[in-house]
Amino acid sequence: MSQDEKIIFPVEATHIMMFRRSIGDYSVPDTGLEDAAAPPTFPRAVAQFDPNYFLRMKPGEAWFGSGKNPSGVDGKPGSSGGLHAEQHFEFVRPIKPGDVLTVTQKPGKTWEKESKRAGKLLFEEAIMEYRDPAGELVCTSRSVRVTTERPVDQK
Amino acid sequence: MRLKANEISVGDTYEDKLVEDLKRTQLVMYSGTSGDYNPLHTDDVYCREAAGYPGVFAHGMLTMGMAGRVITDRFGAENVKKFGVRFTNQVWPGDDLNGKAVVEAVREEAGETLVDLTVTATNQKGDVVVSGYATARVDR
Repeated sequence: MSQDEKIIFPVEATHIMMFRRSIGDYSVPDTGLEDAAAPPTFPRAVAQFDPNYFLRMKPGEAWFGSGKNPSGVDGKPGSSGGLHAEQHFEFVRPIKPGDVLTVTQKPGKTWEKESKRAGKLLFEEAIMEYRDPAGELVCTSRSVRVTTERPVDQK
Repeated sequence: MRLKANEISVGDTYEDKLVEDLKRTQLVMYSGTSGDYNPLHTDDVYCREAAGYPGVFAHGMLTMGMAGRVITDRFGAENVKKFGVRFTNQVWPGDDLNGKAVVEAVREEAGETLVDLTVTATNQKGDVVVSGYATARVDR
């Protein structure tokens, strides 16, 4: 998402239920999910509500995953793809079903580093704020993404 | 079972098996719920033939989400005040992951009892895959 863009994130019990299952969290019985707080990493699922999220296929646009060819984008993809380097969440209060959050993103720092396993690394920080309809802060997310010069060496 | 303040001491260690033999299907499940459909996590052909990886690997956020269970299972998701990690190694299908949290402090702040913990997840080779911290509110 870009700066100054606002995303409305309606928090639904079913979304939280499926999210819990996907991280293997069965601490809340399926019959008690209506009021249960979302797991602390749930805020990133705002991606579902970002109309321009770059890691979701969109009608009429090339997609870099495989189909007839290993990638749907002509030639070799521009980079080995960004990887997630760090993620931090801070909560003023828990996120619960029924919340309707307004999410904004501010740019953070950027820096470079050399790595033996992946070449030049470009780090980019992004800070997202999640606010309730009254404008009160609910959660802050700080993420650091790293773009590698080449795929990370597995040896 | 939720822990109460009088059951927590500095140095207490909580350990859980987060996943055994991580399945590609779980990566697909996480893509579906998080909205992160990066083919690096679901598309072996793309990984091998276009991106230069041996195959799909887990979303960092899936590993972080699994590691968070060590905290939320004991203190409740509604009580987490802070949770942060660095992703230090990739996680692959077939991996076994263990989560560990160690109590670093139990303190009072603004009328609440808080517990500070370090959080790590480690694979079957002993490599740390995420390393971080959490702070949770505790019932007295």
